[in-house]
Amino acid sequence: MPKANVTFEKTGLTVNVPAGTRLIEISEKVGASITYGCREGECGTCITKIVSGQEHMSERSVLEDKVLQENMAGRDHRLACQAQVLGGDIVVKA
Amino acid sequence: MTRAPDAVEIAPGTHWIGALDPALREFDIILKTANGTTYNSYCVRGSEGVAIIDTVKASHAGEFFNRLEQVARYDEISTIVLNHLEPDHSGALPELMRRAPQAKLYLSAKAQLMLKARVKTADLEYTVVQTGDHVSLGDRTLRFFSTPFLHWPDTQCTLIEEQGILFSGDVFGCHFCDARLFNDKVGDFRFSFEYYYQHIMRPFREHVLDALALLEPLELKLIAPAHGPILRDAPQSYMQRYRQLASPLLHNEVGANTKSLLVFYISSYGNTALMAQAVAEGAESEDGVRVSLYDLQSSGDLPFVDLIEEADGIAFGSPTINGDAVKPVWDLLSSLALIKVRDKLGAAFGSYGWSGEAINMIEDRLRGLKLRVPIKGVRARLIPTEEELDKCRDLGKQLAQHLTGNIERRIISMTELLAQEQPHA
Repeated sequence: MPKANVTFEKTGLTVNVPAGTRLIEISEKVGASITYGCREGECGTCITKIVSGQEHMSERSVLEDKVLQENMAGRDHRLACQAQVLGGDIVVKA
Repeated sequence: MTRAPDAVEIAPGTHWIGALDPALREFDIILKTANGTTYNSYCVRGSEGVAIIDTVKASHAGEFFNRLEQVARYDEISTIVLNHLEPDHSGALPELMRRAPQAKLYLSAKAQLMLKARVKTADLEYTVVQTGDHVSLGDRTLRFFSTPFLHWPDTQCTLIEEQGILFSGDVFGCHFCDARLFNDKVGDFRFSFEYYYQHIMRPFREHVLDALALLEPLELKLIAPAHGPILRDAPQSYMQRYRQLASPLLHNEVGANTKSLLVFYISSYGNTALMAQAVAEGAESEDGVRVSLYDLQSSGDLPFVDLIEEADGIAFGSPTINGDAVKPVWDLLSSLALIKVRDKLGAAFGSYGWSGEAINMIEDRLRGLKLRVPIKGVRARLIPTEEELDKCRDLGKQLAQHLTGNIERRIISMTELLAQEQPHA
């Protein structure tokens, strides 16, 4: 199964995870400061900055796009509860 | 006391048309008031239009419309400015929009969400504004300043450029009800001003400083907030007070390159105290970290809130009693909503007799407060062994290393991470 390396910049930890894992599943285990609310992509609580490797993540859904836009989040932000890692190296600001 | 006033002219062409709520003793559950509050709304008349700045709580809409009608006709209203969409300022908005359908709405980008939640109309039209944007009323210009998170994401301030009048929303406001309205006429409201800052603005200290940088250069003649007295006497002094309140109480001896770690504990038999001492020792073994050790038993939580606001990391030691962390720990943790703690480093440890749930509970609370909790806490059954005290020293050392950035960059698999994250056995 393909794997991805997700690095939490502030926490100093890189986690090697199976492709398809959602970012929030990793961050809450790592203890990074990403907080979640609804876990359904609606509340915007888990907006997270992706430092690099966005191309290795799942496409934004229409709902995620809408929530990010409503929260004035830039193109380098994702909802951790929605974004899945697909492979390669990804660095997250948390 | 003075009777409720009609619309009150606060400057040529500009009237207060808000509402008084003298019976209110508790605001939004969390705030006490000594004599109620006011919901301040304003009407600005220019040579080419009339603007309404904010509205009032829905329960006080009648009072607001009565005052509005004393100074303007609905068909004259060209502009409605929404500095803040909280219900106590937007309650009368749907009815105002119905009575003045031609009026254009101006609000911040973040306010769009709340506007749509407040006014459930499919064809809602509005204009998003930010710092630098303005609206002309002919001989009056309304200029907008984005001041987010004071105290909601949507908040902004609006200036009448020609007159130096700032409609500041909740900033510089307070819950104080006095029909004499102006700061040089009302009773002594200084405690309300300070209390309001501490409970409403303090968690957003960095945003307060950003807003002050934007507003301090303005030559203001008057500040017209959305609650409490209108500040026409020495308005700049209220900004200066905000700057003082947003600055640390005491000079911190810790230099820019030194990090601060606070270790709090409470201990019934001295066991959690031993662990706290070991955590502190471990942290002190690293250079560049100032470690402070505090017993929660004999202290109230408020001074500690001030210390935590300035700290980089906090660790809590609690015994488990009846399956829970103890009340002084929860009291302090529940007080942290008053300050910004996001991204600080957090950890937990403690001694227990039978079950030992306190550590996980504290860690969950710290995560809920958006702290980083990357190191699994340490717990020990009754009297910690030397090995367990070594684990506490290691916890302290790792906390210190995280604070100084001297952490070993590790790669771990998800399987290992999940195994490590299993609840304490």
